[in-house]
Amino acid sequence: MNRLAITLVAASALALTACSKKPPAQLPPAPQENTVPPESGPPPSTGPAPGTEEHFKSVMNGRDVIYFDTDKYDIDSDDAAALRQQAQYLLQYPNIRATVEGHCDERGTREYNLALGERRANAAKNYLVSLGVPAARLTTISYGKERPVALGSNEQAWAQNRRAVTVVLQ
Amino acid sequence: MTFRLAAMLTFLLAAAPLAAQQQPPPPSPVPAEDQGLSVTVTDENAWQDLQVAIPAFATDREQATPANSQGTTALGLELARVIYNDLKNNALFKPTGPDALPKPGYSEITAPNFGTWRGRSAEDLVQGYVRAGADGRLTVGCYLYDVALGQELTRGGWVVQPAEWRRAAHKCADLVYSRLSGESPFFDSKIAYIAETGPKDHRVKRLAIMDSDGANHRFITNGQATALTPRYSPDYSKIAYVSFLNGYSRIYVYDIGSGTQKLITQSTNTTFAPRWSPDGRTILYSMATGGNTDIYAVPATGGQPRRLTDSPGIDVGGSFSPDGRKIVFESDRSGNQQIYVMNADGSNQRRISFFGGRAATPEWSPRGDLIAFTHIVGDLRIAVMTPSGGGLRYLTNDWQDEAPTWSPNGRIVQFFRTAKGSGQASIWQVDLTGKNLRRLPTPVGASDPAWGPVLP
Repeated sequence: MNRLAITLVAASALALTACSKKPPAQLPPAPQENTVPPESGPPPSTGPAPGTEEHFKSVMNGRDVIYFDTDKYDIDSDDAAALRQQAQYLLQYPNIRATVEGHCDERGTREYNLALGERRANAAKNYLVSLGVPAARLTTISYGKERPVALGSNEQAWAQNRRAVTVVLQ
Repeated sequence: MTFRLAAMLTFLLAAAPLAAQQQPPPPSPVPAEDQGLSVTVTDENAWQDLQVAIPAFATDREQATPANSQGTTALGLELARVIYNDLKNNALFKPTGPDALPKPGYSEITAPNFGTWRGRSAEDLVQGYVRAGADGRLTVGCYLYDVALGQELTRGGWVVQPAEWRRAAHKCADLVYSRLSGESPFFDSKIAYIAETGPKDHRVKRLAIMDSDGANHRFITNGQATALTPRYSPDYSKIAYVSFLNGYSRIYVYDIGSGTQKLITQSTNTTFAPRWSPDGRTILYSMATGGNTDIYAVPATGGQPRRLTDSPGIDVGGSFSPDGRKIVFESDRSGNQQIYVMNADGSNQRRISFFGGRAATPEWSPRGDLIAFTHIVGDLRIAVMTPSGGGLRYLTNDWQDEAPTWSPNGRIVQFFRTAKGSGQASIWQVDLTGKNLRRLPTPVGASDPAWGPVLP
């Protein structure tokens, strides 16, 4: 609930400045998962190792995710900027592979959303490939509307859920 | 199996009804047999107020049975309760159950005391008995009487294993329903669905099955991998469903007898929306390749898939006409989701939905006369239309109702409803009048119902 309130504030603030498209309603920093490894791990000060999902996520700083309009799967300039950063990273670490997850908001039928999510993941993947990332290093998967990140049933939540997320595979 | 049951039934009905022969022949031959009562549910007034009394089933002698820890007398009461709930929950008649009625003795089953029942304003009377055989199997007899005429309308009998005692009750409810409404039976059937637990962003989705009345509930998968959109094979031996096992969205066919499952295609592409042909020989599936989803058909036993659609849009789902010759499916080739019909080989694809909004998840009625689907204009609602796209009619009006599935007799539609905000999912059903809407009892949240055919 608290998180939602923050998101709403962020969204309305953004709405004043952002272009007409969706407010990607800058997600509040992911509740830093309890990934601090137990005793044996590297000292906390070094941070995540390069080439890992944690490192990718922290370097991307939110740009591991791109957002779409209702029923759409086209890559706009915001998306393109994020994907350029992703491509840069993936080219910098040529041994890592990544998967692009496509997602939809809840306001559609389950099966169509699986197809639409795949379309979105594929659009992101194609853009990364056009920037030189070898297609063999990228896979796609659609979760349709099954894995929302924003929990509300409102425009702001839906805008955050219509997304493609690039995840570095370990 | 069926044949053997039928043979035994004939034997038992000839031998058992002690008093049947003593009953005087009906005054007029075949009175009012098929008049008046055989109407469709769109004209429900004629029989939905029918008072049907369902007293406890009698037993010839109290015996122990694995079907009920208290013996066959208690089982007789349970049998009548199941029949009562079948008829009551589907708003078909106005039944009165065994808990509010006197208990007829065994000898009364075939010779009802009509005076008593007339005094209770019952128009129809369902009586029956249960006997435990030496081999443990149960014999259940079911008799339907017209109280005013003082005459038997129909009878049935079944020999079942103790574990399947509820099926005998459903068979009796089906017999009563069919005889009084003129419609085909549907109670003795099962439903596969997705059981949902946990918060909206970490929801666990498990494959589960239950009888048409929610009894005999069982989880099939353990929830480690998300399961979606199950479909029973027409003979109930298998369930095709989507699983995200191993990080791919793919279709498995789960064999209920052996508890094993196998992939219908080895492809790692997003593969979903499994559908059986009415003869169980073919499975349709949808597969996304490079942003384009098409519908394929593959033999249920494995083999070479055949691609049925090739439009650059999303073609998804598919539901066979009862004769197996046509397929109704969903496509966004026109720019948004609409409903199309094609021949089973993929030829002659044409759009049938032209009433505005988006139209999705079409399901052909087992009777062939209607197509149920999800109509999307802001909210998602369950609607029906004719196979040519006419006669649009809404059955529900809520925030998000989707994915209809037909009762085996094509008279009731189940679907799942998602609550705004919480995203809680639940299974509901509504009859074709749109008036008799009810939520199905499930142990946890529930979505993607798939109703199978009537058991033989």
